[in-house]
Amino acid sequence: MSTTDPKTEFAQLRSAAAQRAHPQLSDQFVTSLYERAESITSQVVQQDAAVHRFSWDDWADKIATSRFWGVLSMIVSLSVILWMTIAGANVPSALLAEGLFWVEGQLTTLFQSLGSPDWLHGFFVLGVYRALAWVVSVMLPPMAIFFPLFTFLEDLGYLPRVAFNLDRLFQRAGAHGKQALTMAMGFGCNAAGIVSTRIIDSPRERMLAILTNNFVPCNGRWPTLIAMATLFIGGAVAMGQTTVAAAVLAVLVLIGVFVTLVVSWVLSRTVLKGIPSSFALELPPFRRPNFGRILVRSLIDRTLKVLWRAMIVAAPAGALTWVLANIYVGDTALLYHATGAIDGFARAIGLDGIILMAFILGMPANEIVLPIMIMGYLSGGAMTELDSMQALKSLLVDQHGWTWLTAVCVMLFSLLHYPCGTTIYTIYKETKSAKWTTLAGLMPTAIAIGVCLAVAQLVRGLGWV
Amino acid sequence: MSSDCNSCGFAATGPEYSQSGVPTTRTVALAGNPNVGKTSVFNALTGLRQHTGNWPGKTVLRAQGTYTFDGRDYMVVDLPGTYSLFPRSTEEEVARDFICFGQPDVTVVVADATALERNLNLVLQVAEMTDRVVVALNLVDEARRKGMAIDADKLADELGVPVVSTVARSRRGIEELKEIVDRVATGQVTPSPKPIVYDQDLECQIQDLLPQVSRIVGDKLSPRWVALRLIEGDTDTLNKIEQHLGTTVTTESIPQPAQP
Repeated sequence: MSTTDPKTEFAQLRSAAAQRAHPQLSDQFVTSLYERAESITSQVVQQDAAVHRFSWDDWADKIATSRFWGVLSMIVSLSVILWMTIAGANVPSALLAEGLFWVEGQLTTLFQSLGSPDWLHGFFVLGVYRALAWVVSVMLPPMAIFFPLFTFLEDLGYLPRVAFNLDRLFQRAGAHGKQALTMAMGFGCNAAGIVSTRIIDSPRERMLAILTNNFVPCNGRWPTLIAMATLFIGGAVAMGQTTVAAAVLAVLVLIGVFVTLVVSWVLSRTVLKGIPSSFALELPPFRRPNFGRILVRSLIDRTLKVLWRAMIVAAPAGALTWVLANIYVGDTALLYHATGAIDGFARAIGLDGIILMAFILGMPANEIVLPIMIMGYLSGGAMTELDSMQALKSLLVDQHGWTWLTAVCVMLFSLLHYPCGTTIYTIYKETKSAKWTTLAGLMPTAIAIGVCLAVAQLVRGLGWV
Repeated sequence: MSSDCNSCGFAATGPEYSQSGVPTTRTVALAGNPNVGKTSVFNALTGLRQHTGNWPGKTVLRAQGTYTFDGRDYMVVDLPGTYSLFPRSTEEEVARDFICFGQPDVTVVVADATALERNLNLVLQVAEMTDRVVVALNLVDEARRKGMAIDADKLADELGVPVVSTVARSRRGIEELKEIVDRVATGQVTPSPKPIVYDQDLECQIQDLLPQVSRIVGDKLSPRWVALRLIEGDTDTLNKIEQHLGTTVTTESIPQPAQP
């Protein structure tokens, strides 16, 4: 041998071996491997036949993955989680709001006692602080309820079964069954949902999951959706408002799932053409969940992280809104010049200028859409909270001509429109592509406008409002 | 950080050597199928001394943590959960590359006692790549509940590697696991995995290649595994082996994961 460098020697050996290499060997590797595993197992494992008579696990598995009961139990557990979140979040939300707005009063007093100019107080207290207070009081309680419940199902081993149930549907749409899991994550936060698409190995199906995750309403959009559902639909029915509102939300979620499937189907046959990659989904055994870990993981890893990100984007958004509403051109604030300009278009899709403006200004974080809207209607120049749902309803219906159609269009637009700033940034970080990020922003917007336009024109054409 | 092996997706991990030439931190790779309690074992081993990031250049989560046993420091690298180590997905590739080229002092394979056969596929594959394997037979309580009796001693005999029964969620068997890992890492115990025997034709080819391969790869890689890859002729894998042989593993520091 002329050389002692192992790398060179290996290269020589490699080219010699290449003469007789046969790449068809992998079958034999697999077969020998499996045979060995089987023979060892048969020697070391003794199954006691008596214990196998009845097992809760098998029974639960049969229910959870059956064609009929599986889907039913999925919808029921989703509704129950939504109901618990809505019902449970009301009281702490109100308490938090009260506390945080009390702090605001103290801040105002402080600013006044220091003799600070009005604009400084307006910018920081009425703009930045109020936006943050809104975000915290509206987002924190539902997240603190939703995430632990969700993690509980995860820990229990139920979520993989949801993916299993939905796999058939997603396969038919050219997508991946695991997409159901990333969507479930999206209920909490779409940005978190986008990050969780990492569990999908195939790049094509992963892109589908990223582009459609937005059609699952996140926590930031719930307050808006809940308010609409409670005010205009729940209120019209004599039954418990919470139950009806939860049902409306569940239907809305199903619409989101439907749109996801349709969009996946279209994308996988156009921009993202390719063969769906097969995947083996293993159903792990049901496990007794570990409650301590659920709380720590869901509260620290998910709730606080998401809340922190929301606060970071909400603070500048609050400041911008305040500035726009307080800078006057002529005798009208900049904000109302803008809402006036887009009013015609907004009305065509069942909204109005102020609502659309709220969605645009609320882009950094969906949770501030409703506050901006209310602020716009009140001409208050700062984001406000109305103290009761009744006051809100009379403001919208009596003073600004809302109908049930407006509420429906707001819900549909909120469900389908472009992802929030955090999510778009996350999409860019995950795909590292400006092209796909742009598509992820434009496609849902086009769908939202299209659907709202169709609904508004149809309903008006039929003379229902 | 030395980066002459970055092209294969991570920097090589040789143990860090102090001036006296004694390794200061030993590396333990943690492999296993998904949903076998691998993360529980990881948490039980490292407690809160852990941090997460991504594998360089990959969107695959990487967690690592440290613990001390009997005065010796260990760094545990939690590999992605995989069913096999055929490099078909990114996760499988990351796991395989770390076990083969990352030079962990010990590779612990966490196996689900309730589904032993499927889990053994991974154990056998790992044992083909490195001798220094320890099996953590996890969820033995669940297996017992399902009426399965598993003879861990016999399993160890059949595999030729140490087997520790664990219930990681309640920390059972974790101290024993640390102890056996320590013994393997310090050379007090030398596992000798029984190889998977292939058909005669293939075995002949392996025997043909073994003397040459052994001389070239030395103790950097498992000669039998390299011989099999030569016979299989997979270009990507062979490139990585070639590259790995070109690197001199001496004083590289332990790779820190990229911050998320």
